[in-house]
Amino acid sequence: MSILNNKEVVIKTEKLTKRFGDFVATNEITFEVQAGEIFGFLGANGAGKTTAMRMLCGLSKPSSGKATIAGFDIYKQTESIKKNIGYMSQKFSLYEDLNILENIRFFGGIYGLSNQQLKQKSDTLIEELGLQHETKKLVGSLPLGWKQKLAFSVAIIHDPKIVFLDEPTGGVDPITRRQFWDLIYEAADSGITVFVTTHYMDEAEYCNRISMMVDGVIKALDTPTNFKQQYSAKSMDEVFFELARGAQRNE
Amino acid sequence: MQKPTNSPFSIFNSQLITFIRKEFYHVFRDSKTLLMLFGLPIIMITLFGFALTNEIKNSRIVICDNAKDKASQRIITQLEASKYFEIEKTLWSHTQIEDAFRSGRIKLVVVFPANFYYELMHLKKAQIQILADASDPNTATTLTSYVSTIVSDYQKELMQDNKFPYQIIPVTRMLYNPELKGATNFVPGVISLVLMLICVMMTSVSIVREKEKGTMEILLVSPMNPFLVIIAKAVPYFILSLINLTVILVMSVYLLDLPLNGNIGLLYFESSLFIITALSLGLLISNSTDSQQTAMLISLMGMLIPTMLFTGFLYPLENMPLPLRIIANIVPSKWYYIIVKSIMIKGLGFSAIWKESLILCFMTFFLLMVSVRKFKIRLE
Repeated sequence: MSILNNKEVVIKTEKLTKRFGDFVATNEITFEVQAGEIFGFLGANGAGKTTAMRMLCGLSKPSSGKATIAGFDIYKQTESIKKNIGYMSQKFSLYEDLNILENIRFFGGIYGLSNQQLKQKSDTLIEELGLQHETKKLVGSLPLGWKQKLAFSVAIIHDPKIVFLDEPTGGVDPITRRQFWDLIYEAADSGITVFVTTHYMDEAEYCNRISMMVDGVIKALDTPTNFKQQYSAKSMDEVFFELARGAQRNE
Repeated sequence: MQKPTNSPFSIFNSQLITFIRKEFYHVFRDSKTLLMLFGLPIIMITLFGFALTNEIKNSRIVICDNAKDKASQRIITQLEASKYFEIEKTLWSHTQIEDAFRSGRIKLVVVFPANFYYELMHLKKAQIQILADASDPNTATTLTSYVSTIVSDYQKELMQDNKFPYQIIPVTRMLYNPELKGATNFVPGVISLVLMLICVMMTSVSIVREKEKGTMEILLVSPMNPFLVIIAKAVPYFILSLINLTVILVMSVYLLDLPLNGNIGLLYFESSLFIITALSLGLLISNSTDSQQTAMLISLMGMLIPTMLFTGFLYPLENMPLPLRIIANIVPSKWYYIIVKSIMIKGLGFSAIWKESLILCFMTFFLLMVSVRKFKIRLE
């Protein structure tokens, strides 16, 4: 249990570091995320967001530091972590040559859902997304916005404690992005912690708290409102510009 | 968390089945893969079996008529009438004939001895010599049998006029390849080629495709055991390869009239072993690259070409220089080719091929060790 509002801490890192040879991709990052929170992980390209997220998902082994995900140790309990997290990668990641229903069944299946759970889950999911008439359509033929919404729903089909979203809304229009965020809010309301990386600053406004990464370190961490006050900025855009100005890596 | 996790095995099983079903969707929805899977073996068998065998119209043959008598003239007229031959009448020396064979200008030589008709009439028996270039054994046998048929037709003709049993004995010599190696040998070659192609290329490409499309990340983040991913990838291609093997065998027995002398069970057992060797090779390739194109290129250059060159079904290994013969030993299909030939054509049992089987076992073990060690559970 954490000091912050007495809520459960689902992600906790301590000086988590990843080195590739001489290059330090993420440098001693320390932060906590509470249950049900929408936690924005911001930074310019190459700031180390994706590397950090990959370590948290168990895709990449940290060079040093500590971290627990849903209470499980990131080094020793990767199997338990995997059962408790969902993940949506930068690349849109469903199978394009499978239809909607087959994709849902496949991902539900590898997460160990029973047939009954699968049926029930896929029914609700399809209804929520309004795809009742498209279930037999190949995912490859859907518009990108739909694909991403579907990918998100599939990522949380097993009701994980935490879902990691790696730049989930790349390449879609603002309206679709807004709809996508509605889904994220729903997930958060149902108790799923959302850990999202993005470089769209309008999206940053939607998060409960934001960490700003510059050159592999977390330069600041606060709520959007506090950020704007502190930097007396009108939007997160300005805040970001202020913070990332000194960045070396993106030059 | 969704299901009591105290029985991981049942979860693994249902995960595995889910995964294998998905792999089959991939295969059956990709027309290119399907074409490759089932079109290729059929095309290859047809190509090797028919196109290469039957294309013998207007073959150039040489007739050395040392007799120049009634009988030889009659046979030569018959040969000329045949649409299969284009005749050159010469009186070449042996060296000239050999040069012509070597340059590939002629396929066959018919030699009439000096006293052909005389011997036939008086001894009731005469010989006729047929020399064929057997480096293309299919053509050689077909042409030789055509010549023999024409000769025996003439023999019958003589018998009608005269009630005496005349006998013309064609003495056939297959030059360069006296055992007619190759006539029945391309089927084992095609089998090893097709299995190699399907197993190595398809598995490596299908794993690399998951990496390329980003779905591999999702799979690695999921609770699914990464080794189950590998097994699930291998199973469909294993099954499809066995189906392909069956298609090739059925085609060669019923279309090409090839014998299947040995034990079919043993053949399938050895083929399964070879398929596993090839699958582990595919796995190794998929571990070494992240792009489908590279995987395909490595499979083609690294597997297909050595298989064609070093199994001995297109080019006889015995004629190769020593370094190449040594290299051939590390090509798995060389050993599998020997095994299939021994079982299918020679009808031999396991005692004759245990050495080759053991070599394949070692290769498989080695490849699996290397590729499992290289397989990245975490993406770095």
